[in-house]
Amino acid sequence: MAPYDLAGTLGVTGSYLVYLGIGFGFGFILESSGFGDGRKLAGQFYFSDLSVLKVIFTAIVVAMLLIFWSTALGLLDYDDILVNETWLWPGIVGGLIMGVGFVVGGYCPGTSLVSVATLKIDGMFYVLGLFVGVLAFNETIEHLDAFWRSSYLGRFTLPELFELETGVVVFLLICLAIVMFIGFGWIQQLIYGKKDPE
Amino acid sequence: MNKLSENVKYWNPYVGGVLLGILLFLSFYVAGHGLGASGGINRIAVAVEDMVVPEHVDKSPYLAPLAGGDIDPLNNWIVLEVAGVMLGGFVSGLLRGRVRLQTYRGPQITPRTRWLFAFAGGVLMGYGARMARGCTSGQALSGGAVLSVGSWAFMFAVFAGGYALAWFVRRLWQPGA
Repeated sequence: MAPYDLAGTLGVTGSYLVYLGIGFGFGFILESSGFGDGRKLAGQFYFSDLSVLKVIFTAIVVAMLLIFWSTALGLLDYDDILVNETWLWPGIVGGLIMGVGFVVGGYCPGTSLVSVATLKIDGMFYVLGLFVGVLAFNETIEHLDAFWRSSYLGRFTLPELFELETGVVVFLLICLAIVMFIGFGWIQQLIYGKKDPE
Repeated sequence: MNKLSENVKYWNPYVGGVLLGILLFLSFYVAGHGLGASGGINRIAVAVEDMVVPEHVDKSPYLAPLAGGDIDPLNNWIVLEVAGVMLGGFVSGLLRGRVRLQTYRGPQITPRTRWLFAFAGGVLMGYGARMARGCTSGQALSGGAVLSVGSWAFMFAVFAGGYALAWFVRRLWQPGA
């Protein structure tokens, strides 16, 4: 049953080829969706372009459905896949800093790589900044170590948090995505008077 | 010039989203984990650091597990994935005629200003992604799809941070204002 031990099945080199392929698909989809352009990404925060919201939440809903259907059919073991462990406050504070970095710089880490791959100079400066940022963190985190390791909740899922069946949570998240697609579209129309302005 | 519509044959976002969702599922199905980006960038940064100041890396409790002694920080799946992302982005751009040395910027600012803010945004994003133990790919997308509480809290924090500051930096992106 999935997931598989890739390196065990294919050897390390074989598994790396799979990862190269997954990355290729990822980069291809990001670039094709226009995510190599920081203006399109930043447009999310001005409601002038809602592609970020639509791509992220559609992808989450599709992947979530496939994961839970294949689990229900006994093809995939949900207990055996990586669920990001929760360090609540470092995640929220880090997320807020990243939101600021997103609207100031125009990219997130993955999309900036695509921007560099298509020779965008702003993307190159952004990636340079990324390197400085991770090094700055690595060299100073000892002073914030207690915070960085705080509010640890382990492998903690939404069904556990709300004490609901997984299927109910999946259904509610799909509703949330649809409400956001419609709601953000309304706000966009309110501000610009039409959808997807130039 | 630099108009957003110059090469806009971008995919419908829902099409991109469905394909990305299938890819994310496949990653979980074959490998047991989702996608990632910032982790690979961190490893490349640590690899450079390990070449310059190896003794320092060996002594740091944060860097030694990645690159201490004989450990190669680049010998990890996420580094291959990052290489694949660049390759895939390049091929997609090449097919659509979008591989071109240029600066994407808002209509009101000079390229130099754009570069400065792009750099600053990158620094914040790099720092924040290490603090949050992942970025839009590894936390929001991957953790979101498998219903991690921390990933959902993280995702709303990213949107909140962006929207909170958007008005103050509108000159970077918006016309007129």
